[in-house]
Amino acid sequence: MSNIELRIPARVEYLALVRSVISTAAGMDPHITPERLDDLRLAVSEATTNAIEAHARAESEAQIGLSCQLDEEHVAVEIRDRGTGFDPGKLVPHPPVTDPERLEFERGLGIPLMRRLMDEHEIHPSADGTAVRMVIYTAPAT
Amino acid sequence: MIQPSFSYSEDGAWSILRVHGELDIATAPLLRQRVIAIVSSGVMRLVLDLTDVDFIDSTGLGVLIGALKRFRTNDGQLRLVMDKESSRWRLFETTGLDTIFEVYESVEDAVTDTSS
Repeated sequence: MSNIELRIPARVEYLALVRSVISTAAGMDPHITPERLDDLRLAVSEATTNAIEAHARAESEAQIGLSCQLDEEHVAVEIRDRGTGFDPGKLVPHPPVTDPERLEFERGLGIPLMRRLMDEHEIHPSADGTAVRMVIYTAPAT
Repeated sequence: MIQPSFSYSEDGAWSILRVHGELDIATAPLLRQRVIAIVSSGVMRLVLDLTDVDFIDSTGLGVLIGALKRFRTNDGQLRLVMDKESSRWRLFETTGLDTIFEVYESVEDAVTDTSS
């Protein structure tokens, strides 16, 4: 198993760096496909964006922590923020994209995307912030 | 952060905005500003060429949704250009946005299609 840790200031300028580091680290897994790497890059961008926004709302100067763990069967990424805690149960679903009313909402695609693209997606809110854990399975089919 | 760059041109009744770079929460607002300025200048038909956009996340998609709304509100047309073998197109399919946007594989196709 290998583990990569990263800490970044909670600023949007660091998003591209996060995508680059995490996708480079995950790309060291010889079994991960380019499509799954794209999925992970996008999901990490979404979760880190949410973390940065959580820090902005909480006016927190703390850093955001990320880890990327690789083993023989998985790539697991965790993003930890120090915001006020995000409750996924309070998400208000938007109309489907085929509904003209959907054009009223520019936001709200990120969490459904993460859920759809990742094999596992967990949100763990607490009083100290939120941890998002995302996993993709990389083991080749037998 | 790498700022996106834009190049603007015209082809008959269509204006074309070519975007280079990545569209996320750091950069997509610049595209929103461009689109608002273009709509405000009276342009009714815009092709947004995303061929050279390397990455789009949900914030970027949100800006595109907002752009589509602006054009439809003004009885205008917005068409997108992107490689349909790319991860960006796969993102459109995953989110269902492929069903509400007119997407073409080349600017030439976008400006010459008279089907709508």
